Amino acid sequence: MTPQQIAQRLGEKFGSAVTQSLPDDKHPRVHTTAEHWRQIAEFLKFDGELAFDFLACLTAVDYVADNKLCLVADLISMTHHHEFAVKVYMDRDHPTLPSVSDLWPAADWHEREAYDMMGILFENHPDFRRILLPEDWQGHPLRKDYEFPREYHGIPGSYEMDWKQKADYPA
Amino acid sequence: MLASWPIRPYNAGNFSHTRERHMSWIENRFEEGLIVTSMDWAINWARTSSLWPMTFGLACCAIEMMSFASSRFDVDRFGAGAFRATPRQADLMIVAGTVTYKMASRVRRLYNQMPDPKYVIAMGACTVGGGPYFKYGYHVVKGVDLVVPVDVYVPGCPPRPEALQEGLMRLQDKIRAQSVGLPKGSKRAAKLGLPTPAAAV
Repeated sequence: MTPQQIAQRLGEKFGSAVTQSLPDDKHPRVHTTAEHWRQIAEFLKFDGELAFDFLACLTAVDYVADNKLCLVADLISMTHHHEFAVKVYMDRDHPTLPSVSDLWPAADWHEREAYDMMGILFENHPDFRRILLPEDWQGHPLRKDYEFPREYHGIPGSYEMDWKQKADYPA
Repeated sequence: MLASWPIRPYNAGNFSHTRERHMSWIENRFEEGLIVTSMDWAINWARTSSLWPMTFGLACCAIEMMSFASSRFDVDRFGAGAFRATPRQADLMIVAGTVTYKMASRVRRLYNQMPDPKYVIAMGACTVGGGPYFKYGYHVVKGVDLVVPVDVYVPGCPPRPEALQEGLMRLQDKIRAQSVGLPKGSKRAAKLGLPTPAAAV
């Protein structure tokens, strides 16, 4: 299927749950919200015409100006040789999503990384903990308002960096 | 007394003395094959010429360290080619690569597991002072000297193997200057009631 057909099919099935449809973009995708992510994911995987059986990438973006976090899932169908992406927008203060690691095993570590770096909480994840940083680390470093550690276990950190002083930091 | 190292050059400036006057009381009194040296010189010679590094690479600098150990640069010429797979057998820790906060505790533990005397070479910009991660790296230790004491700093990103060889030779110079005895002047200082160096206690 072409990206236009995939977007149309998702639009017909989910209606207003698809908040935005961008099949002609360089990165063909639909946008949705956190509460619809799980059913859209199940549909993408189990629908015979879509059959997205491979999760190529799962990552996250911090839109601090809009107070939103966004999960980006890039999917490929090995059976039909087409690809598509879904962006899931959620509230920055309560970033909770259902896990899709039972649908795509690749999501297991990717969701742990999204939690580690962005602080997105995944429900029903089989092994939900940090993947890269130490377990006692404070904060989620890829968030735009992250403050650098001044000290970690007695090792002094950098005092050079104060994100609040940066010109591009939104007030 | 025993010959000191380096052996004093022949007093070339003063021709009025005969050769006999310059020979010490101990010279030519033993049979052939007997070597007389100072403990300091012998111990330092052994330490400088068999520095066993630990097999320990953290990032891209480790590639240069491997090159430094292999045939083209051949660190075996300096006696430091026996990379040990355990800190218990190593004298030298070449911290080759970015030290993260998560790794810092492991680096410190490995250093603590090494037997004395032990030496550390900080290889590359990251270990010298955080390098490219100094400002924007939330996870990088701003210099491995915040974690373990460093003897020689080798800057570069990464340093060429020649630079690491230079660092090794400077470390050997440092070891040659060591003494097993009290630091010079400490007895005199103790007599005068001055504070003695910490190493002497």
